[in-house]
Amino acid sequence: MIGFLEAAGRTAREGVEALGFATRAFFNLLRFSPGAFRRPSLISEQVHFIGNYSLVITIVSGLFVGLVLGLQFYVNLIQFGAEEKLGSLTALSLIRELGPVVTALLFAGRAGTSLTAEIGLMKAGEQLSAMEMMAVNPVQRVLAPRFWGGVIAMPVLAAVFSAVGIMGSYLVAVKLLSLDEGAFWSQMQAGVDVNRDVVSSIIKSFVFGIAVTFTALFQGYNAKPTPADVARATTRTVVIASLLVLGLDFVMTALMFTQ
Amino acid sequence: MHRKIIDVWVGLFVLLGAAAVLFLALQAGNMSSLSFTDTYAVTGKFDNIGGLKPQAPVKSAGVVVGRVGDISFDDKTFQANVTLDLDENYQFPKDSSLKILTAGLLGEQYIGIEPGGDTKNLVDGDRINRTQSATVLEDLINQFIYSKAAEGKDGSE
Repeated sequence: MIGFLEAAGRTAREGVEALGFATRAFFNLLRFSPGAFRRPSLISEQVHFIGNYSLVITIVSGLFVGLVLGLQFYVNLIQFGAEEKLGSLTALSLIRELGPVVTALLFAGRAGTSLTAEIGLMKAGEQLSAMEMMAVNPVQRVLAPRFWGGVIAMPVLAAVFSAVGIMGSYLVAVKLLSLDEGAFWSQMQAGVDVNRDVVSSIIKSFVFGIAVTFTALFQGYNAKPTPADVARATTRTVVIASLLVLGLDFVMTALMFTQ
Repeated sequence: MHRKIIDVWVGLFVLLGAAAVLFLALQAGNMSSLSFTDTYAVTGKFDNIGGLKPQAPVKSAGVVVGRVGDISFDDKTFQANVTLDLDENYQFPKDSSLKILTAGLLGEQYIGIEPGGDTKNLVDGDRINRTQSATVLEDLINQFIYSKAAEGKDGSE
């Protein structure tokens, strides 16, 4: 009985401790960000590494998600004779939910893991300690540019995902299933509100960018400097970042789209 | 040199994102239908506006001539106060009337404006007195049931 209580207490204490540690690390990162912005070439290098290289997987997944949504909605809408609504349905589901969420999940798998592994190996190779010895702040020189690179790249990728997805559903609906093109676009324009849908989609992807990039950097920076723990940290990045994205998405949807 | 190539690619990447947002706003969203032309506001009082929402179109002869601005409730007359932002390019006579209509059987509601015969035109801040409320489906069904019941009574007597 005592042992059970002790275990429960330790778990709670460790949870609070980890949360506080992560929060302190986050504010530390923000504190050294202005220094990173004084060297924008470091950030643009990271946008290139994180963003440009994630573009292919984002475009291909966006296209296929759009194609599949078009087909699935068509099968169900045709039963009510409401297949004109297909445009607005696919656009709303892509812009509001699937665009930011699926992109963030892909982003965690594609860019988050590589960030964790990179930082973890830098730490294992004692490169970060070497920097500190040379009076170079590793948070400012290594972590902050990667963080802002990810935060900038994520909304761009999510917008590209949504746009390509809509084009994919257009291909299926208009070219394959010969739906009326005018009805497809006009129903979409009637359904999608720029302020309510497009802006909140951008806000969502921005928040996901912060969450995923920070998780990846935090896991890498706090991994034990052994090959086994760097591998575990990479796995933890994907698991924690994905759950964080899904949880945050629910909270933000509840705040944005319920009256 | 290497540095420059990276900057070019990053620039292209950010431009692609901007293009995607523009596509979402203009082609998928309603940004293109929001008019940036000057508008003048007129108000109308309705007994019942049904499911009318702000930003709903105002149409005359099926052409969009404005948008619904603000909807509020007047607790003196117990009526709905609807402000319409009409396009400056379109002028309507002072005695025009408003109707709340529905696009299709279950579609969205919009306001139809029917021109009158007055020689003077509506100006900013005017009030339109002749309005027709939204048709509420439940009321129609009730009327139908009552008239059916009345018919049945007539037949038996």
